Amino acid sequence: MSAIIESPRQPQQRASKGRVNWEKYGWLYMRASGVLLIILIFGHLFVNLVQGEGIKAIDFAFVAGKYATPFWQIWDVVMLWLAMIHGSNGMRTIVNDYASNPLVRRILLGALFVAAVVLIVLGTLVVFTFDPCSTLIPADQALSFCPAP
Amino acid sequence: MWSWVLHRITGVAIYFFLLVHVLDTAMIRVSPDAYDAVMSTYKNPIMGLGETALVIAIMFHAFNGLRIILIDFWSKGAKYQRLMFWVVIGLWIVGTAGFAPIHLYNVFTEPH
Repeated sequence: MSAIIESPRQPQQRASKGRVNWEKYGWLYMRASGVLLIILIFGHLFVNLVQGEGIKAIDFAFVAGKYATPFWQIWDVVMLWLAMIHGSNGMRTIVNDYASNPLVRRILLGALFVAAVVLIVLGTLVVFTFDPCSTLIPADQALSFCPAP
Repeated sequence: MWSWVLHRITGVAIYFFLLVHVLDTAMIRVSPDAYDAVMSTYKNPIMGLGETALVIAIMFHAFNGLRIILIDFWSKGAKYQRLMFWVVIGLWIVGTAGFAPIHLYNVFTEPH
């Protein structure tokens, strides 16, 4: 009498056919977004912190000047989306690793999701609705190139 | 193992800074004074040290991230992973030596 032992080389049963393997795409996303983020963030750090007087030069006028061009608007919004999703997905991995209590885990994952959605929407709206010469800006704080009200 | 630990720690630190950084940049949509006020806190020397640490953390996460990609996708990646770890440490030291003096100089000298 011999028990039948399945071959150890038997490949693991694949997830039922037709279903999307989200973990695989998450894994790929981390690598693809990581490469792009290196370019975007190193560029961001160079222009804002290394060039010229670095952090000393950063004020409202500096950012207004950058957001006057679609180039930096798009740069920052792409960086925002990629980084927020990359960071949230990384945090999700960490929560899954350490939060053993199912309720705590769900609360933490929910918080990560809400934070990501809120900050992506907020950041995108800020960049694309920003008007350096908005009439809402008090006259004494207005930039010199803005038309007088 | 240490590269994995450092990748996690730097990743978490960068994540929390990202949350704050989106909120502080959102101040440009409130008023010039609100944005300049929040930026003035970043020009404080203690925050300047924090920014230096943050950029050092970003550099490690970036270089080690490239190492992870090479281990996963390059046919010889696993074989050279230990060598690549030391390349990461080397790039990290060079990057820090390039960035930290510039940033600390900007933080610790008066604007003119």
